[in-house]
Amino acid sequence: MAAQEAEAAVPLKLHGAAMSACTARVLTCLHEKGLDFEFVPVDLFSGEHKLPPFLSISPFGLIPVLQDGDLTLFESRAITAYIAEKYKDTGSDLLLTRHEAGPAAAAAAVKVWTEVESQHFNPAIAPIVYQYFVASMQGGSPDQAAIDGHAEKLGKVLDVYEARLEKSKYLAGDSYSLADLHHVPYTYYLMKTPVAASVVGGRPRVKAWWEDISGRPAFLKVAQGMEFVAKEK
Amino acid sequence: MAVKVYGPAYASPKRVIACLIEKGIDFETIPIDLLKGEHKAPDFLQLQVRILISSSLLCFQLTFSTYVRLIKVDDKSTESRAIMRYYAAKYKLQGTDLLGGTVEETGLVDQWLEVEAHNFNPHIYSLTIQIMFYPAVGTPTDEKAVAESEAKLGKVLDVYEQRLSESKYLAGDFFSLADLSHLPFTQYLVGPIGKEYMIRSRKHVSAWWDDISGRDSWKRVLELESKGWAGN
Repeated sequence: MAAQEAEAAVPLKLHGAAMSACTARVLTCLHEKGLDFEFVPVDLFSGEHKLPPFLSISPFGLIPVLQDGDLTLFESRAITAYIAEKYKDTGSDLLLTRHEAGPAAAAAAVKVWTEVESQHFNPAIAPIVYQYFVASMQGGSPDQAAIDGHAEKLGKVLDVYEARLEKSKYLAGDSYSLADLHHVPYTYYLMKTPVAASVVGGRPRVKAWWEDISGRPAFLKVAQGMEFVAKEK
Repeated sequence: MAVKVYGPAYASPKRVIACLIEKGIDFETIPIDLLKGEHKAPDFLQLQVRILISSSLLCFQLTFSTYVRLIKVDDKSTESRAIMRYYAAKYKLQGTDLLGGTVEETGLVDQWLEVEAHNFNPHIYSLTIQIMFYPAVGTPTDEKAVAESEAKLGKVLDVYEQRLSESKYLAGDFFSLADLSHLPFTQYLVGPIGKEYMIRSRKHVSAWWDDISGRDSWKRVLELESKGWAGN
């Protein structure tokens, strides 16, 4: 008990920006686990993340960054994996380690589908979100050719998901896991764009899965902060 | 029953093979010729996950009742990293511990594996495609793309140089999956890509490269490759 109390005395600190999808990934995970943490906003507009004090905790100048006592971690998916493992016995069973029928196989499936998100889904969806939200915030207009190209790739990835979700309710099996969670923030932004109707709307199982995972209370808390707002100069 | 690894001539499967050797896990390799389209044969296509976007496929069969068929595409897909993470966790107490001893150390291993996947790999992969793959299929190399990728890779290696001046390996003072994951493509960089100077001009990166590529596991991978993957 004493060790747990000592741990609770030093809060988790998350550095990031509420509008950033990668930050939202970690925030959603923290809420799924019901953890207390301190949120330290990083001022992207003034380039804080590319300056020396911040670079000392994140050498590539990227958010989010987690500090847990002496440990500092960057890369959102490493952070969520760490939280999910450290707190595997509390909150949502994100790694499916408490799965009744065959926890090893279930945990392996989570690893596969988190890789699929990272290597197939993300490269297709991130540029679309960038074009619609960030490029325009920086005063440019969205590059339609880039959007169309990536939307086509994303469609092909989601064809695989559509087939997968015919076999199980969630990506790694019949329970919600970290693999599903990792998809939520970028998809949230995608759903605000014209691309959503065909890419997601046209795939019924993907659509149903999306409605399920985006309606979870942990994410609803995070979604409140997710708005790309240009700072007034 | 040995684990089957398909396509050992390609980079991503080599990560997996190095990992299996470190863990002392038996495996056999089955060659796949992507240019012949062997990966599109029917028995490959009965897969849970089907991403037939392009050419590169690793089908990995796990040696118990649940078949998890994993595909990698374009050498970019890193289900190879999922495979490595899975084996490193399942066989944590056997062979080299590639995940770190504590939850915190594992966090750092994951962090640097993510860095390899998202920051390092895209640029070195681009160099591989431009300099090694395109000439083989008769497509002209885009020198501008090469210059850009080299510049970006250089910046990433500068961060590595700083990191490796503070610790012996990427995740700490222990060799891990994060270091291992860099082996196949860095081998291409110092070899057929012809850019060894990018490693040698950085003192700590250079020492780190000699250390990790000098391990028995990687020497064995290179030995098997020189024999055409016969008799492993």
